[in-house]
Amino acid sequence: MTAMVRESLLNAENAVLREVVRAGDYWLKEIKKGQTFRILDLEGNQAADTLFYNADDPSERYSATDTVREQRNLYLTVGSQLRSNLNNVMLEIVADTCGRHDTIGGACATESNTVRYSLEKRCMHACRDSWMLALAEHEHLGISKRDITHNINFFMNVPVTRDGGLTFADGISAPGKYVELRACMNVIVLISNCPQLNNPCNAYNPTPIEVLVWN
Amino acid sequence: MKPSLYSYAVPGASHWSFRVRRGLSIKMTDVEGDANVGMLMYNPEDLLERYNAPDTLKCQHTFKLTKGHCLYSDMGRIFCSIVDDTVGWHETISGNSNAETVATRWGARDYQSDRNLWKQNGYDSFLVELAKYGLNGRDMAANINWFSKVGADDNGVLRLVQNHSKPGSSVTLRFEMDTLVVLHTCPHPMNIEAEYPRKPVLFEFFESNALEADDICRDSCAENQRGFANNMLYYMGAAR
Repeated sequence: MTAMVRESLLNAENAVLREVVRAGDYWLKEIKKGQTFRILDLEGNQAADTLFYNADDPSERYSATDTVREQRNLYLTVGSQLRSNLNNVMLEIVADTCGRHDTIGGACATESNTVRYSLEKRCMHACRDSWMLALAEHEHLGISKRDITHNINFFMNVPVTRDGGLTFADGISAPGKYVELRACMNVIVLISNCPQLNNPCNAYNPTPIEVLVWN
Repeated sequence: MKPSLYSYAVPGASHWSFRVRRGLSIKMTDVEGDANVGMLMYNPEDLLERYNAPDTLKCQHTFKLTKGHCLYSDMGRIFCSIVDDTVGWHETISGNSNAETVATRWGARDYQSDRNLWKQNGYDSFLVELAKYGLNGRDMAANINWFSKVGADDNGVLRLVQNHSKPGSSVTLRFEMDTLVVLHTCPHPMNIEAEYPRKPVLFEFFESNALEADDICRDSCAENQRGFANNMLYYMGAAR
């Protein structure tokens, strides 16, 4: 496929927030309507497992099914409108130098790791555990396991074949690639910088990402 | 197959829910062809445990669901196995129809005028059934759309294949856990037929056959063998 690529016009020096998120950590912040934020793949081939909630009513959340159905396309890139479970547009991807992001592969969890890799790997760190810690440390938000559904895997490449197969291909991201989103409502952004050691989504080597926010 | 314990033809544009015990199987038959069954699953002992489409797809390296596949919860366990299927492709990424899209395509839901021929939608159907168990929209996950095929081309463009399921085609689920099943027979969200589709689906309940030494679902991949092992751990110490 020909990947859509559009570079950003924003200057990192003007960002109001810059934070590096190390692999295995979470990042949870509110982004106001009209603000733009960028996720930067610092060293390449890193998966950023991301969920969004309506900051004014977190029972409204990012919905992969509504997003892919309404855009009639499986992959996310420039122009993709990220929709909620109420089919409202939450955010729009406004710049993307990677070209394709996954939203059907879901996140790793210690429980699904037992199925995918080995029952003996049940205690290895996983994205869902990062989210669980984030929600436990931000109980006032009123978000719990009930509100965890399938997420976006920024920088991850999960091609679907015409005969209905699913492949986890080598990442198409590289050091310095980024994706940038503009918020169409006040949103809570919850990112797990994926700690997965058992699969090529991180090239078996989880690395840091950086998040930048502009007004 | 053993004789059915119970059967019920769910009318089109309807919803239903029930708790099914492990050891039972359900055969769904598309009576007239081109039906759609939206379905969600929960663990009745812990309603936070629910059907997880991404985990189901990625651990079996598949985008479609068919015979040999298992349907996973978010806790690494298997609610049910697809032990038979004459359709060949069921999809789990397109979600639901909603009141707005149904009204735009076919007219508003209007019980006063239409009575049992009202134009019900998938999202509201799930809301009604979920509320019976204290659940709501927050508990909704990506559902399965049985009998519906949505394929992707090399660029990811999604298309619903019309007339995919033939009259009399069927799919059989063998339940490996006690499961709360929530379902509707409303049209697929990408259906663009001129008339609101109203397709009945026959549900038949059976006692499951014992697993063979080489089971078509458990032994179709190492991942499913591990999923069955997780089920075994869940029921460890329980009488069968």
